[in-house]
Amino acid sequence: MEYIAGIAILIGINLIAVLGLSILTGFTGLFSFGHAGFMAIGAYIAAIFTARLHLPFVLAIAAGAAAAGFISWLLGLITLNLKGDYFCIATMGFGEAVRVILNNIPYVGGARGWESLPKLTNAWWVIGLDIVCVIVTWNLINSRHGRNLVAVREEELAAQMSGINVFRQKMIALVISAVFAGIAGALMANYMQYIRPTMFNMVKSTDLTIMVIFGGLGSISGSILGTAILVSLPEVFRNFAQWRLVIYGLAVIVIMVSRPQGLVGGMELTPSGIRKVMSARKAKAALAAETKALEKRGEI
Amino acid sequence: MNQFFQQLVNGLSIGSIYALMAVGYSLVYSIMNFSNFAHGSVIMLGAYFGFFCLSLLGLPFALAFFVAACGTALVAVILERLAYKPLRDRNAPFLYFIITAMGASIFIDNGVIATIGPTPKTFPQQLLPDFLKSGTIQLGSLNIGKVDVAMFVVAAVCLAALVLFIDFTKMGKAIQATAYNMKASALMGINTSFVIILVFAIGGALAGVAGVLYGMKYQVFPQMSGITMKSFIAAVFGGLGSLPGALLGSLLLALIETFVSGYLSTQFRDLFSFGILIAMLVIRPSGIMGKSAEDKA
Repeated sequence: MEYIAGIAILIGINLIAVLGLSILTGFTGLFSFGHAGFMAIGAYIAAIFTARLHLPFVLAIAAGAAAAGFISWLLGLITLNLKGDYFCIATMGFGEAVRVILNNIPYVGGARGWESLPKLTNAWWVIGLDIVCVIVTWNLINSRHGRNLVAVREEELAAQMSGINVFRQKMIALVISAVFAGIAGALMANYMQYIRPTMFNMVKSTDLTIMVIFGGLGSISGSILGTAILVSLPEVFRNFAQWRLVIYGLAVIVIMVSRPQGLVGGMELTPSGIRKVMSARKAKAALAAETKALEKRGEI
Repeated sequence: MNQFFQQLVNGLSIGSIYALMAVGYSLVYSIMNFSNFAHGSVIMLGAYFGFFCLSLLGLPFALAFFVAACGTALVAVILERLAYKPLRDRNAPFLYFIITAMGASIFIDNGVIATIGPTPKTFPQQLLPDFLKSGTIQLGSLNIGKVDVAMFVVAAVCLAALVLFIDFTKMGKAIQATAYNMKASALMGINTSFVIILVFAIGGALAGVAGVLYGMKYQVFPQMSGITMKSFIAAVFGGLGSLPGALLGSLLLALIETFVSGYLSTQFRDLFSFGILIAMLVIRPSGIMGKSAEDKA
């Protein structure tokens, strides 16, 4: 039971980071390979607050989130003008740079890591923050800002022509996603009770992006589903030890090649969302039937 | 002054290996416009191929080199056929290529760990030819490692062959044309699908050579694929998609790295590399010799 609860908490923690990345990647169309760097910032700042300064946990989470958000703002200032994969590469460089810097700070344990942190994260913290983050994301996506973000994703030039400040919208998405990653990092540090710079390497960043894409771009429920499946998958295969990551890599390739839209890309698993997709399908079927009928009569 | 030359020699030998690796990233980028992050895993496989050819099969050294290069070329081409071609066929955005490459990298790295094991392997000294055995050549007051000289020479020969191939053969011209404009090249009767296979095969073969050389200087281990990230930085530094850029970027990056670790501290070395990467992207995203910034940035 405790084992399953542990996995559930891990899913909950990762979910916060994935939701943030979903805003950036799924809705704004920017891809980051450095979000583990923001998680690391959140984790280390929170750890300093709880283990060194002995401040309350809520302050630690807030500080971790704020630090990640601030750094992302600085990063955004210099990199958000880069296009496509150059932004990707820049975030990747950022993530690795954070890891290398942490390796060289003995105050937080350096490359060996930092052990015996207080265990403050419990199920309530995770559930509560998950709910808050889902609501924030949901409201953001369904607000004017959210529609602006989607406009930027769909066609940047057209969005700019319609008076959307593209740079600002991208910055909003980046900072929010970094804040979420910072919260996730803070929870992670005080749940695992040890942190090491290698925990936040590029593989972790890729994992987060893979969860977003696996669930489906542009879908909050997809991100939730993707996180739940991909975090628990290696645990299910734990008996296979090393082979589980082999299977994981293979699964990523198969998904990219065979189902690029992810599990539920572009729709939401809510009653109204499903109804929308269903009615769209019905309309498509009706259109097809009509064309067929016209063809039969020889009108086309 | 002595230390300066010593670092210079070290930098050049590491830089030549970076160049062998970076060329693979750059060639693929120039044609397909995505960063093939599985390249590092192919390099790692090359090192293992070379190691097993020497230690298990007992092949002569030159043959082991050749087999390793052919093996990695084959792996790279298979990867292209199975993983990238379906994406190419439906015009997937570059990100899907990158994610697929990452998936392939996770697959290969952990496949090696699961089957061969994570312990590093050292090339058996007694099986290496004399000019590669660990030891140094005394040149004035300089101590130059034999392996370093071999690395530089082999890399230089391979890269010179590549440059000649690209500049003076019909196939090389086809690669250049496809890199310039794939659609127009296809209309002019160039078999672009074959060009892509060729590019992956060349990149893969050079990766094999680089992997064996790297394994000889240090060790052979699954995490090698992460270390090759440096050569990717070199490719970005020089300008993704540009061959001379990849060479120049590799040498410069390696020289900067060796001088930083020689005069400042080894801990700062990686920080410098990533710092250079970000600074370069901010100032000039297309790198030193890349295509004009208008296209890409």
